[in-house]
Amino acid sequence: MNIYVIMKRTFDTEEKIVINDGVIDEDGAEFIINPYDEYAIEEAIVLRDEHGGEVTVVTVGDEDAEKELRTALAMGADKAVLIDVEDVDEELDHFSISKALTAYFSKKEYDIILGGNVAVDDGAGQVASRVAEGLGINQVTTITSLEIDGTAVNIERDVEGDVEKIETSLPLLVTCQQGLNEPRYPSLPGIMKAKKKPLDTIDLDDLDLEEEDVEAKTKTIDRFLPPEKQAGKILEGEVDEQVDELVQLLRNEAKVI
Amino acid sequence: MSKVEDVQIAGGSFITEDIHYNQVFTAEDFSEEHQMIAKTTEDFVEKEILSLGEEGEKLNYDLTLQVIKKAGDVGILGASLPEEYGGLGLEGIRFALMKEKLNTQSAALTMPIGGHIGIGMLPITFFGTKHQREKYLTRLQTGDITTAFALTEPQSGTDASSIKTNAYLSEDGKYYILNGSKVFITNAGFADIFIVFAKLDGKDFSTFIVERQWDGVSIGPEEDKMGLKASSTCSMTFEDVKVPVENLLGEPGKGHIFAFNVLNFGRLSVGAGCLGNTKNTIYHSAAYANERVQFGKKISSFPLIAKKLAEMNMKAYVLESMVYRTAHLFDKGLKELDFNDSNVGEKSRKAVGEYMMECSINKVFGSETLDFAVDEGLQIHGGYGYMKEYPIEGLYRDSRIKRIFEGTSEMNRMFITNTVIRKLKKGKFRALEDALARVQETFTADNQTPSHDGALSRENELLSKTKELFTYLLSYALDVFEETLEDEQEVTSNFGDIIILMFAIESAVKRTEKIIAERGEEAAQYVMKMTTVYVQEAFEDVIDFAKEIAAAMFDGDELHQQLQKITENTFFIPINTILFKREIAQKVIDSESYSM
Repeated sequence: MNIYVIMKRTFDTEEKIVINDGVIDEDGAEFIINPYDEYAIEEAIVLRDEHGGEVTVVTVGDEDAEKELRTALAMGADKAVLIDVEDVDEELDHFSISKALTAYFSKKEYDIILGGNVAVDDGAGQVASRVAEGLGINQVTTITSLEIDGTAVNIERDVEGDVEKIETSLPLLVTCQQGLNEPRYPSLPGIMKAKKKPLDTIDLDDLDLEEEDVEAKTKTIDRFLPPEKQAGKILEGEVDEQVDELVQLLRNEAKVI
Repeated sequence: MSKVEDVQIAGGSFITEDIHYNQVFTAEDFSEEHQMIAKTTEDFVEKEILSLGEEGEKLNYDLTLQVIKKAGDVGILGASLPEEYGGLGLEGIRFALMKEKLNTQSAALTMPIGGHIGIGMLPITFFGTKHQREKYLTRLQTGDITTAFALTEPQSGTDASSIKTNAYLSEDGKYYILNGSKVFITNAGFADIFIVFAKLDGKDFSTFIVERQWDGVSIGPEEDKMGLKASSTCSMTFEDVKVPVENLLGEPGKGHIFAFNVLNFGRLSVGAGCLGNTKNTIYHSAAYANERVQFGKKISSFPLIAKKLAEMNMKAYVLESMVYRTAHLFDKGLKELDFNDSNVGEKSRKAVGEYMMECSINKVFGSETLDFAVDEGLQIHGGYGYMKEYPIEGLYRDSRIKRIFEGTSEMNRMFITNTVIRKLKKGKFRALEDALARVQETFTADNQTPSHDGALSRENELLSKTKELFTYLLSYALDVFEETLEDEQEVTSNFGDIIILMFAIESAVKRTEKIIAERGEEAAQYVMKMTTVYVQEAFEDVIDFAKEIAAAMFDGDELHQQLQKITENTFFIPINTILFKREIAQKVIDSESYSM
């Protein structure tokens, strides 16, 4: 089975976000594999172990992403590919990333492509779906269970807390939701082996793409942090008085009713 | 990719030589692989131990064995095992890094793992035969069996060579018959094999691998300890235990060499563990200081509380600089070890023994930095810190033993100085001999110490002065006390302190220089501040130790002249440490974690 995972390098979920002049300050920040993509990597490894074949993890980014690719290899993936866009001057968006990935996959033989449901940084959930559209293949998002028998695929997906059961077939793209599995962390021998596994770097040229082809369709005007949380207020007095005051405040101060 | 020059550095050479930062490994030089190993170790602690909650804080053999087995599955137990035996390969940096990360969170159950991979497995790795390694190491690294190190006896602690456990060869020549008793054996409650030290025929210090199930081995009840509650500690006795001759570890009569060399590595490992514990203490203390409100303000906003956080953080930075610098010293020697070589025991003894002074420094500085941190950390917590509900209470109790086990602070301080003296006597410290011959002439205020340029010129100057002052006083001490210098414990301990501070100052200064070279002064402001404050305060301590030594050697006019000379030669204009510490503290308070 040819199994692919699309992965994103994201800020560590414990990092405090600092914004300078509309740009997120990455200085000294810790990065991780997008947690939803970890589900995808774990599921890919389980599929490989069950059905045979190879797991290739692909990301679009710069040299720094090699660390997360290496982590995926240490978890048990077989190959890693970095589509290096460091030389692209313009800011890229979800369209750009999916365009590059679609070009990459259109030259590959794949049975299944797995991605995270969303990335924890911008929460867009755009890239994987766009890739499936670009390739013209089936896609199922937010999956919580996956069974493959031949080319037949049985899936359970999370629909706002309910479960939807779906039958579909390979080739297929899925995005993974929490609950699908419990991602392993790399074992130490796995880490030692990872440096001997192939990690290829390709650029847009290798995908026969020009910079114009991946030109962003959206423009980020500004970035800002949510307003700092104000201290709470404890109402005093008899219950009736408190209720009156609360209604008063909700109406006149918070203006929510 | 390595940013460290590949040169062999002689043990103790820092006393006389100046080192370039290119020859010093720092925590900024970790490879991607190191970072991944650190992450996996942290994830392991979080997912397999912290998740146990209160159960993980109590002594529970089954749970301990399960955790050790899981550590084996993840590969953690192969931390110090050669690749030929299925381990990760021997590497000082990796070992120290894992030791640190096992201790960075409040997880009591990492203690048995530390004992297992360190002083438990290393004796067989370094000094075992091929047969012994194959028989035991593979199962030890999967966690199927566990091990313990049995040296201490009721009457023999620091004075390890006075042990009474005895062994003699049986008449048929097939067994050693072992008799005696041991105390305070970590992991003894469940360990399957023991590295036992005994005297062959009552005289030759030797080492044996003893299996738990053999007749005559009995384990005493668990000790009720002050701290480290999740860790097993028992006494044990041997009554006519028949140890097959092939279970003698290394040669008879060389057991003390094994013991002390493994303890060397163990001392570095204590330093690395204390670094993890100190970072954990900083986290808990800063978080509490941000949460606790008094006089209408978070107590972290009070300068006296902030000062404590600044000092904890600064010392952790120095310790971190020291631990990884030292760990790297081993790596050249360890890489060259060939475990198919029949002489590997002797070669590893040399590779590990070379840096015994540095290891002792790490042990003392690490355990005392931690003790300082937990003490101030508890103080920040006020009365709540005295309650078991808060993690700082446990950190405080657990810390205390670290100044005692694997060589007390007192013993290590004297050992550092005595190592210098013995090296000198054996003619193995030429550079210091030369320096000693010159120093009484050159140690004058007019004869300026070598001038230094660049960002840390003042700190480099104080480092040079520390080295000169040490040499100057030693040159007199060797004359005044002659052969009895080793008996003057207060003096050798003070010299030990000066050497420790010298190594600490140098480790911090060189690391910071390297950071400046790589990131520029602007980005290095914070570490520069910590270095500046630390070096000044450490240098003030050096002067105090030096004056006490001088007062023990001279009197009357001569003492007056010598003190005057020391004062003139060590004069410096102090910086405003109060202001600097406020700035250092702010980052710790903002991030609620160890900062640099």
